Amino acid sequence: MAEGLRAYGLIVAMWIRSTMAYRASFVMTTVGNFAATSLDFVAILLMFSRVEALGGYALPEIAFLYGLSSVAFGLADLAIGSMDRLGRRVRDGTLDTLLVRPAPVLAQVAADRFGLRRLGRVTQGALVLGYALTTVDIDWTPLKVLLMPVMLLSGAVIFCAVFVGGAAFQFVAQDASEVQNAFTYGGTTLLQYPPTVFGKELVRGVTFVLPLAFVNWLPASYVLGRPYPLDLPTWVAFSPPLVAVGCCALAGMAWRAGLKSYRSTGS
Amino acid sequence: MGTGRLYVAVAVGGFRRYATYRVATVAGVFTNTVFGLILVYTYLALWEERPQLGGYDQAQAVTYVWLGQALLSTLAIGGGGFEDELIERIRTGDVAIDLYRPADLQLWWLASDLGRALFQLLGRGVVPFAFGALVFDVALPSDPVTWAGFLLAVLFGMVVGFGIRYLVALSAFWLMDGTGVVQMAWLLGFFCSGMLLPLNVFPGLLGEIVRVLPWSSLLQAPADVLLGRADPLGTFAFQGVWAVALLAAGRLVQSAATRRVVQGG
Repeated sequence: MAEGLRAYGLIVAMWIRSTMAYRASFVMTTVGNFAATSLDFVAILLMFSRVEALGGYALPEIAFLYGLSSVAFGLADLAIGSMDRLGRRVRDGTLDTLLVRPAPVLAQVAADRFGLRRLGRVTQGALVLGYALTTVDIDWTPLKVLLMPVMLLSGAVIFCAVFVGGAAFQFVAQDASEVQNAFTYGGTTLLQYPPTVFGKELVRGVTFVLPLAFVNWLPASYVLGRPYPLDLPTWVAFSPPLVAVGCCALAGMAWRAGLKSYRSTGS
Repeated sequence: MGTGRLYVAVAVGGFRRYATYRVATVAGVFTNTVFGLILVYTYLALWEERPQLGGYDQAQAVTYVWLGQALLSTLAIGGGGFEDELIERIRTGDVAIDLYRPADLQLWWLASDLGRALFQLLGRGVVPFAFGALVFDVALPSDPVTWAGFLLAVLFGMVVGFGIRYLVALSAFWLMDGTGVVQMAWLLGFFCSGMLLPLNVFPGLLGEIVRVLPWSSLLQAPADVLLGRADPLGTFAFQGVWAVALLAAGRLVQSAATRRVVQGG
């Protein structure tokens, strides 16, 4: 574990140095990343130019959900977002290079082509979250304040687990990297809207099957003092760290199974 | 070989090239369906608050979502058309070889992109649309003439989409690196084509502006023909004017660009 983190850190530092060699390009791609991720919020603003509320939530509350979802996902995307390139490495055989290096493969794949430009997404999410915090009406208690960073970190870890699980799936289906987008980008889009908007089955699915609801819906319901989706008990708002650990364990198992089943193309 | 048959062969090649990646196609269908599912619920919530928003009822809004998912890759609104390849050929200089060929550069890429678009329509468009139509209440016409009009509007949309992306790709003759322009074009296209939200939902003046820009030919125009919200002939005329204007602009830029190739050796 410590060895893996060290390797990850070294490779990331290398990519950052390489990115910083072309500063203008870095600034442009980061601005581009920022603008591209802003589109989602522009859609929400356009909707609110015509309505007062969506699913019973006003704009500041939706901005709160949006900010939490985007920052949590943005951190995961920044940390290991390049993992969706794994299928390509399997296909062209360059994964073999990583296998013979004396560092954990997961750390190498996670740090591969580390994209500092993805700070654009984190920044955009943080700005919306900042806007939400200044406008939304929350009855702050010490517990709620404490829950905020816990929620963001747990959410980021849950999304990291989804990235790792998706990468493990690419060992089996190399060309199917787009499937992963449905759960990563699709997941963060889903969480940007309140749970009251979606069908019961969908909410059940992202609570009990793929536990994305623990990224923001459940803890944010506690902070906002809103009724919980699916009438879940109050304590689930504090369960995201546990859920995140569980997700990591499952993703780790999937990763090991995937890596074991890997057969090189031989080219 | 007649000139017409040459371009048909290029289009068939474009179609078959994309048809090769079956697993990727299935993956794309899955992702489009999931995104459609998420968007449908947000649209339903929006139309719950404001019934008849933008002149659509709920069933029409739902149909619009699934049309968007069906046409996203067909019209390359989210990228993924020929432009990345042409930019790479311009950057590496391989485009000089293309210019020596006894075929017109613009028509060659148009044929190849139409082949691609046709495959994406069948391979990636039909299934998410059918899923949406089966699971949700949608507003589909029973009149085959309306369907034919819709398909014609999609074809016009393909040509307009090509016209825009061809200009974007040619910018690489001057800029060498097309990444920034491609990204800007992608953002604009996503916003102005109605992919983000139907253009008739856009407020006031902004709505009026986006509706006359060429991007509205991509998704909004075919959707309004299918939903019976627009006069088909007027729509074709609008799309046709933009298609001709963009292709002509592409010609002009192309001749300016190829002169540069000769000068640069």
